[in-house]
Amino acid sequence: MLISYLPILVYLIISIGLAVLIVALSEALGKKTHTAVKDLPYECGMVPISDARHRYAVKFYVITMFFLVFDIEAIFLYPWGVIFKPLGLFGLIEMGVFILILMVGLAYVWGKGALEWE
Amino acid sequence: MTISIPSITLSNIGPLLTLTVAGLLLLLMDALTPKGKKGYFPYLSLIALVIAAVQTTMLWNRSGTDFARMIYVDNFAFFFYLIFLLATGLTILISIKYLEDYHRNLEEYYTLLIFATIGMMLMAAGGHLILIFLGLEILSIAIYILAGLFREDVKSNEAALKYLILGAFSSAFLLFGMAMLYGATGSLFLDDLAQAIKAGVGTNPLLLFGMGLLIVGFGFKVSSVPFHMWTPDVYEGAPTSVTAFMSVGTKAAAFAALVRIFFLVFPEIKMEWNMLLWGLAVATMTLGNVVAIAQTNIKRMLAYSSIAHAGYLLVALVAANQLGAISFLYYLVAYTLMNLGAFAIVILVARKKDDYINIYDYCGLGFQYPALAAAMSVFMFALAGIPPTAGFVGKFYVFSAAVEAGYIWLAIIGVMNSLISVFYYLRITVLMYMRPAEADLGPVTMTPAISSAVLVTAAGVLAIGVFPGPLYELALNSVKIFVGL
Amino acid sequence: MIEYVWLVPLVPILGFLFNGLLGKRVPKWLVSLVGCSVIGIPFLIVILIFREYLQLPADAKPVEVVVYNWISSGNFNALAAFLVDPLSLIMMLVVSGVSFIIHIYSVGYMHDDEGYPRYFSYLNLFVFAMLVLVSANNFLLMFVGWEGVGLCSYLLIGFWYEKQSASDAGKKAFVVNRIGDFGFLLGIFLIFWTFNTINFREVFSIAGTNFEVGSLVITAITLLLFVGATGKSAQLPLYVWLPDAMEGPTPVSALIHAATMVTAGVYMVARCSALYVLAPVSLTVVAIVGAATAILSASIGLAQNDIKRVLAYSTVSQLGYMFLACGVGAFVAGIFHLMTHAFFKALLFLGSGSVIHAMSGEQDMRHMGDLKKHLPITYWTFIMATLAIAGIFPFAGFFSKDEILYKSLVDGHILYWLIAAAAAFMTAFYMFRLIFMTFHGESRVDHEVLHHVHESPPVMTLPLIALAVLSTIGGFVGIPIIEGANVFHDFLAPAIAHVHRPEIHYPISFEVSMMVVSVIIALLGINTAYRMYIKRPELPQIVTEKIPLLYDLIYHKYYVDELYAATVVNPIKVGSDFLWKGVDEQVVDGAVNGSAGVIEWLSYHIRKLETGYVQNYALAILIGVFIIAGYYLGR
Repeated sequence: MLISYLPILVYLIISIGLAVLIVALSEALGKKTHTAVKDLPYECGMVPISDARHRYAVKFYVITMFFLVFDIEAIFLYPWGVIFKPLGLFGLIEMGVFILILMVGLAYVWGKGALEWE
Repeated sequence: MTISIPSITLSNIGPLLTLTVAGLLLLLMDALTPKGKKGYFPYLSLIALVIAAVQTTMLWNRSGTDFARMIYVDNFAFFFYLIFLLATGLTILISIKYLEDYHRNLEEYYTLLIFATIGMMLMAAGGHLILIFLGLEILSIAIYILAGLFREDVKSNEAALKYLILGAFSSAFLLFGMAMLYGATGSLFLDDLAQAIKAGVGTNPLLLFGMGLLIVGFGFKVSSVPFHMWTPDVYEGAPTSVTAFMSVGTKAAAFAALVRIFFLVFPEIKMEWNMLLWGLAVATMTLGNVVAIAQTNIKRMLAYSSIAHAGYLLVALVAANQLGAISFLYYLVAYTLMNLGAFAIVILVARKKDDYINIYDYCGLGFQYPALAAAMSVFMFALAGIPPTAGFVGKFYVFSAAVEAGYIWLAIIGVMNSLISVFYYLRITVLMYMRPAEADLGPVTMTPAISSAVLVTAAGVLAIGVFPGPLYELALNSVKIFVGL
Repeated sequence: MIEYVWLVPLVPILGFLFNGLLGKRVPKWLVSLVGCSVIGIPFLIVILIFREYLQLPADAKPVEVVVYNWISSGNFNALAAFLVDPLSLIMMLVVSGVSFIIHIYSVGYMHDDEGYPRYFSYLNLFVFAMLVLVSANNFLLMFVGWEGVGLCSYLLIGFWYEKQSASDAGKKAFVVNRIGDFGFLLGIFLIFWTFNTINFREVFSIAGTNFEVGSLVITAITLLLFVGATGKSAQLPLYVWLPDAMEGPTPVSALIHAATMVTAGVYMVARCSALYVLAPVSLTVVAIVGAATAILSASIGLAQNDIKRVLAYSTVSQLGYMFLACGVGAFVAGIFHLMTHAFFKALLFLGSGSVIHAMSGEQDMRHMGDLKKHLPITYWTFIMATLAIAGIFPFAGFFSKDEILYKSLVDGHILYWLIAAAAAFMTAFYMFRLIFMTFHGESRVDHEVLHHVHESPPVMTLPLIALAVLSTIGGFVGIPIIEGANVFHDFLAPAIAHVHRPEIHYPISFEVSMMVVSVIIALLGINTAYRMYIKRPELPQIVTEKIPLLYDLIYHKYYVDELYAATVVNPIKVGSDFLWKGVDEQVVDGAVNGSAGVIEWLSYHIRKLETGYVQNYALAILIGVFIIAGYYLGR
């Protein structure tokens, strides 16, 4: 019975092999020149001012998460909009509940002061 | 294009709705009320839980499915609703004072507990694997946050992070398993899966691997060996009240889903999984009990004890007969009561900053606080399975189910494990009564909330231990849905 | 009245609750009043039930009283129900009666103890559990009582928990008993598996009709049950906890470790006589273990100097007798001895308690002597109990012991009889050695202590007198030989199964002569003790002339005073020291502690797997996944 999965194994071997092969080939065949400027991280053509790895304020993450949550809400509205008519009143109520729940979330976030920067 | 709107009966998910509304309301009120006027939050949550419990009892004996077969409306789900509500209610009762002592009596705590309860209920009622997964995630995310409630405490942070990483890891396996089941049968509805298996896809390797990965995913949540490693660290680091909730709630919910899936979908191919679970059960019981002996931190000891109890529950799963299912439900109720009771005592004794969580801190407790020590002894006897407590009857049901199903050796190993467990449970009792006090525990403040929790659990452990009849009938009523057993 | 039999175990539990919850807040006299009356009331109820039972028509017996359906699962039913039949009635009478007497005695003995209410609440709880044990109508309820008495025994042995030795002894008793309980539990499982019921009468009737003599499964069941009995009743190889159990208060030793709890194993074997008669192999095992225990512990008893330890080994030895009786099929004789033993051994313990009380806690007989004139009541009651245990006519022990000796000869084997007779000789010897060392001879009492020696108060001496009366006349319910005079046997017979073997009738003269022999054996033991401990210097000449033949035997072993220490006591002492320190403490205790040690060792090593690194935990999960995948691939 396992024999039926053989193609998957073959496929795996070929794809991994191919990836390794390409990287190895370019490493072996390519011409490489290293200069100090060339090895610098690329930053829009500017000379980097400081180390890229420094800590961000946690506020950024919080804002990112809010953005994601409300972003997904917006994405959900699209398919609903497409089939708004066939769903009718039922769909309207359902979406209303959905948005209401998110509104509560927003109110909570707001009330707790998470939206204030300082 | 026409879309058929399913007919739905909202009262079928009444308890869930109540809790959702309550959770949202708490969230909103938290944002709008000024600080220092939120002491009533826990009591509000309790009221919501009671309303949900009343609704559940009114739903009793309804049967069938709703929401386009997404959820089951049956006594099995209702029985678990009641277990979850009981567990959450008791957790709230033991939390208030504890959190106040740490100045972390956050309002979100109660909201998260309620959301976690909703997740658990969805797991018990889910008729679709994705819904079960969603329930699991609702539960898990709430718990990840709760485990890290003590932000300044390194151990609490460690617990939350470990649980998050490993939880995500195991969830991936669970989802992978579900995907495989879908691949094998073309559906994620439990009904359809059961039909497909009856029609004979039982030996399809995809299906078997899928089933195996479900065992991994749920095995993590119930802390079965070898997916148990997180348990001691997380239980130790998390706030004690959260540990209590996790040890009971998460385990019960994961077992609810596991039992429903295995008894509803997979009974036809029992031969494919019984020996696997047999091995897991034996390994889980034995490892839990043996390692618990070496623990001196009571929270870690109870963590290993909870692993051991997961093993006993797996025995009931292996038995896969009606008595097994009944014993399962009975054992979970008993376990909920005795474990929460034990944690309540741990909270009372430990008090500030987990100062007294070494088992030797219990020396001489019997003389300083006789009532407390007596309650603790009841819980320890119950956990060890000594009559006339609920723990004894539960073990008795579980092992007789195993014997009835022909797993004599499993029952024997189980009994031997109970014997080992007597050692570390009774050690606590021995320390409390037969040793002089090592540390001056100072005054233990009993608030009405926590004393009522201790009272309810202790009385419950004894009551259903001496009169198991009614609960047995209730459980029997709840497992009739498993016609394949 | 019979339908109220559930009151019998219920009333003591009320005492437990009252004394346990309120004991510290109410005056002492109320604790004593409640503690004693909750035992006295059931005793009265049992008497009423007994009377009513006697008047019942034969077809209405035995009576089962169902209180409620306790546990039901599948086809399994365990009722909280009680069985009233001759066996349970006798046991209830003995248990509640002796308990009542000992409770009263405790009022005096424990009077100055700080844990007075705690003591009475435990003791009440014990009586509850013991009464459940003997009145249950199924194995599971019996097991509840069985575990309950074990728990109380543990609590009461370690009653003075401040003493390291006391709490150690409690633990030891508990651990050893768990081994036995494990066997018992497996036996119950096997019973349910085989018979699909755990009700005594159903099991026995199915066993009687569906199983042949020698059936393998019945043999397994009976052997497993007997493992339970060896633990609870302190038989080889699990007897080691009982001598240590003497760390508990003396009334506890009298009640739990002499009169009632330790006889639970004998009761259980007698209760299951219907199963045992189907398993000749098990019966042989029971008989051999009983006989071996009887002789071994009697020999150990010879060399002990602690007054309570002598009695403890004596208890083990007497329990061996009871099992020997059961093993040869004479269950009635076993129960009879159980009853008389309850009287005289309780009395012996209470008497020793009275001595210890008077001696301000001294238990070593080497520091006693000549207490007769200081403690007259204690002395005389002690003498009666000692005569009873030695088997002197017409004291209670004579009838029961003689029956066992006789049955072991005619129904068993001459070897059984020889062993039992030898043990009887030793019993008589060491009991009188105890008497002589304690009450006679020269006083070796400390002057300081001697000053305080006094007879115990009436609340302690009255129980002694009551038990002395019972020890003296208690045997007359079972008079042998005369047709119809053995009331005890006739009453108990319906509850006991009989071994199927051809009936052999022996002439009455044979039975009578055996009786005479057994008394002679006892007298010899007493005589020997007397010579060694009182008349030491004049030993050789006088006795040789009176009984030359028998004396010759003793003469070669006990001939000279100077040789006495070197030839007799030391070998036996060394031997019993070896048995005690070598076998007991090394082999038997070692095995118990060893298995616990192995688990502990494992525990400390497995927990090293718990590294604290998330990656290791994830690896464990992954390994689990591979194991599961491997399992499905490998099939």
